Amino acid sequence: MINLTINQKPYSIDADPEMPLLWALRDLIGLTGTKYGCGVAQCGACVVHLNGEAVRSCVTKVSRAAGQKIVTIEGLSKNNDHPLQLAWNEISVPQCGYCHSGQLMSAAVLLRENPNPTDQDIDNAMAGNICRCGTYPRIRKAIHLAAELQKKEREAK
Amino acid sequence: MSTKQVSRRDFLRVSGLAGTALCLGFYFPSSAKDAEIINTTGITSSEVELNAWIHIDTSGKVTIFNHRAEMGQGSFQSVPQIIAEELEVDLNDVNIVFAQGNREKYGNQVTGGSSTIRSSYKNLLKLSATARVMLITIAAQKWNVNPAECYAASGHVFHKVSGKKFHYGELVEQAAKLSPPKEVILKKTSEYKLIRKPLLRQDTPLKTNGTAVFGLDKKLPGMLYATVERNPRLRGIVKSYDDAATLKVPGVIKVFKVRMGVFKTFREGVAVVANSTWAAMQGKKALKVEWDDSGFEHINTAEIYQRQQDSLQTQEGLFAKKQGDPDAILKQAEKTVDVVYQTPYQSHSCMEPVNCVAHYQGDKVEIWGPIQAPEWVQDYISEQLNLPKEKVIVNMTFLGGGFGRKAFMDYPHEATMISKEMNAPVQVVWTREDDATQGPYRPGISYRCQGAINDGIVTALKFRMAGQNNDHWRSGKTDQANRSTSEGFLKPYYDSIKDISFAEVQFETPIPTMWWRSVYASTNGFAYESFLDEMAIAAGKDPLALRRQYLQEERSQLLIDKMEEVSGWKHRKKNEGFGVAITECFASTVGQIVKVSRAADGKIKIDQVWAVMDCGWYVNPDIIKAQVEGSIVMALGAATIHEITFKDGLVEQSNFYNYKMPRITDIPPIEVYIMENEADAGGVGEPGLPAFAPALTNAIYDLTGKRIRKLPFDLSAV
Repeated sequence: MINLTINQKPYSIDADPEMPLLWALRDLIGLTGTKYGCGVAQCGACVVHLNGEAVRSCVTKVSRAAGQKIVTIEGLSKNNDHPLQLAWNEISVPQCGYCHSGQLMSAAVLLRENPNPTDQDIDNAMAGNICRCGTYPRIRKAIHLAAELQKKEREAK
Repeated sequence: MSTKQVSRRDFLRVSGLAGTALCLGFYFPSSAKDAEIINTTGITSSEVELNAWIHIDTSGKVTIFNHRAEMGQGSFQSVPQIIAEELEVDLNDVNIVFAQGNREKYGNQVTGGSSTIRSSYKNLLKLSATARVMLITIAAQKWNVNPAECYAASGHVFHKVSGKKFHYGELVEQAAKLSPPKEVILKKTSEYKLIRKPLLRQDTPLKTNGTAVFGLDKKLPGMLYATVERNPRLRGIVKSYDDAATLKVPGVIKVFKVRMGVFKTFREGVAVVANSTWAAMQGKKALKVEWDDSGFEHINTAEIYQRQQDSLQTQEGLFAKKQGDPDAILKQAEKTVDVVYQTPYQSHSCMEPVNCVAHYQGDKVEIWGPIQAPEWVQDYISEQLNLPKEKVIVNMTFLGGGFGRKAFMDYPHEATMISKEMNAPVQVVWTREDDATQGPYRPGISYRCQGAINDGIVTALKFRMAGQNNDHWRSGKTDQANRSTSEGFLKPYYDSIKDISFAEVQFETPIPTMWWRSVYASTNGFAYESFLDEMAIAAGKDPLALRRQYLQEERSQLLIDKMEEVSGWKHRKKNEGFGVAITECFASTVGQIVKVSRAADGKIKIDQVWAVMDCGWYVNPDIIKAQVEGSIVMALGAATIHEITFKDGLVEQSNFYNYKMPRITDIPPIEVYIMENEADAGGVGEPGLPAFAPALTNAIYDLTGKRIRKLPFDLSAV
């Protein structure tokens, strides 16, 4: 059995230790928000946080994640109200929406590390995430908005 | 027209709704063109086909059934936005549910041709207004006042004088007993409160927290997972296979041969069924299959284009459209231009790879998946499995991209056959490699374009196209010219240039092809709009002025005014390249201007894209802008980054490392403008795509004098 802590909840699964975390999340645990896009760390649809770092769950063995702190899109916020989620809604970023779990998880690390990213910072941080619908101009815009929202949130506290 | 018994009980069962409610649908009398609204609440029997439903329950909640797929284009938002406007309800109170595939009930459900709004908005407006009028009628009766003294707003009927009000839920029971009025007065555009407003999409919250259910997210109790090793040469059969290593992979349950239909042809593969996607993928890797693809050509990309271009020099082809006698004009012309353009095969590469869940249960099969054409799937599976149509239940999930790929029936058919073999629900997952290497693809096409100029006037145009015809895959018929040969070309040109012809020089390969966003306009547009640029140069005219000269009707002139105004076309400077292209498809016209320059490192840089969309009547300007932005990004990839090529019958690309996608770092600033008019609604999801590539290459010509006639090209190498 492999013990995992996902979105602050404990799970115990019977999985091949070689199985990528992506498929353990989706098929064994039933958290389907994390997406399969390429299987080879090219598209970013499967990004989750492992101890706060953005990792490609399609190439991360489930055994490597054992005992670590995993956050998936389902755990990004309790009420869909992370500044990025609010900004994504306000700017109507997603079209088909399939890649956006990964986009948001990548952006969340950026925003935590760099609360005031420039366009260039955003491009550097988000270049690993493909969006076939071409929502890139809105992703950029929404990250700037989320940065503002995050600032206001912090000031309010 | 078939006869369909629709009972109230059936309706409630199908819709999953219960309780006293007002239900309205469309009635399409076979003799008349316009749909009539009918009250389906108490219907027990009649010869009706119901195309869409609106349902209001006693709590006032409104449910509508979206008969079309949501693949990013926004039907999930725009359809409720129309209904809420005339029904006078708050958008938050409208619940939208995906309808199942059913031609008898919903008519054409194929989500393609950018048709959802343009084919249904008039009926949706009338349907919603009818419900509103019926609710007002009942309220007026209850108050014993003239209905003219009443109005509806936010899900209530109000009496103007007394200020009394009823919630819709309090009225539905009695309204359900009324016959719908024959005529209702619809709002004027100026009266709209929701339509034409950039309202936020209702599906966004579902797509920011992982709750939207895409095909790949569908789970059923006891569901198994399957992958399939399919013939890498796209056609032919399994000669033999060795599954010894596969069966040793933990989790693998069964390995067997599976056959699926690809329109009129069949493809074989070997299915690996397991208890997780990962195990199925590992099992597939361990499989050894020997293929028999004799009888099918093992084609190379270079040969494809050589053959196309040779035939364009020697054959006239079948005319798709012809007016006047362009050959005669060309012979006597003062100046002629005769050039060939080439466009590549492309993969749809939806971010959600192809997948499907099927549950075969002996006398019926139920399917869930990212499906663009649910009733095609229903028809096809019913035919292939010899099941009555009502025993083939096709459910649409959200689609993680579609672009035409998911209007194919191959993957639901294959999933059904695998479920049948397993006697269990099975999800068939295509790997990214399967998705990239198996097609169907946008066909690669060559165009020969000839034009005549006399005294600086364009006097004749002759276009010939050689490329695979998507329709042949569907119909099996090859005796007609491709009816999309002139797609993308603006109709007003036919009035000002009297001698024009379009012909298809037929070309076939074993490669499966299918609609790819904006379909033939995506490639025609590059050839025809680049060629008009060449004609402008040859005639000594400004390229935008040439469009103005030959596109004389009012909408085109206004579009050109707008393009000129927003781009500053007349004030362009030295060291700036400006390119223009205007294309029309699915009843909308889009003009684009691209500005390029040389960056400090000497490479071409796209400084700005301006796009102007004329789609007539529209619902949500923000969705239109998003669709045009996305179309431009997709067009940028297809023009400058990726292509599918073949070597010895095998596709050479397999994943995003060799079929690269545009990324956030590649995107130029894009401004989108929408023309305001009252014309009939046109499409939105696709028409923004075709004009980009020619506007870009025309801009590069303007800057460098280098004419690009072959896509894709490397922007950094120009």
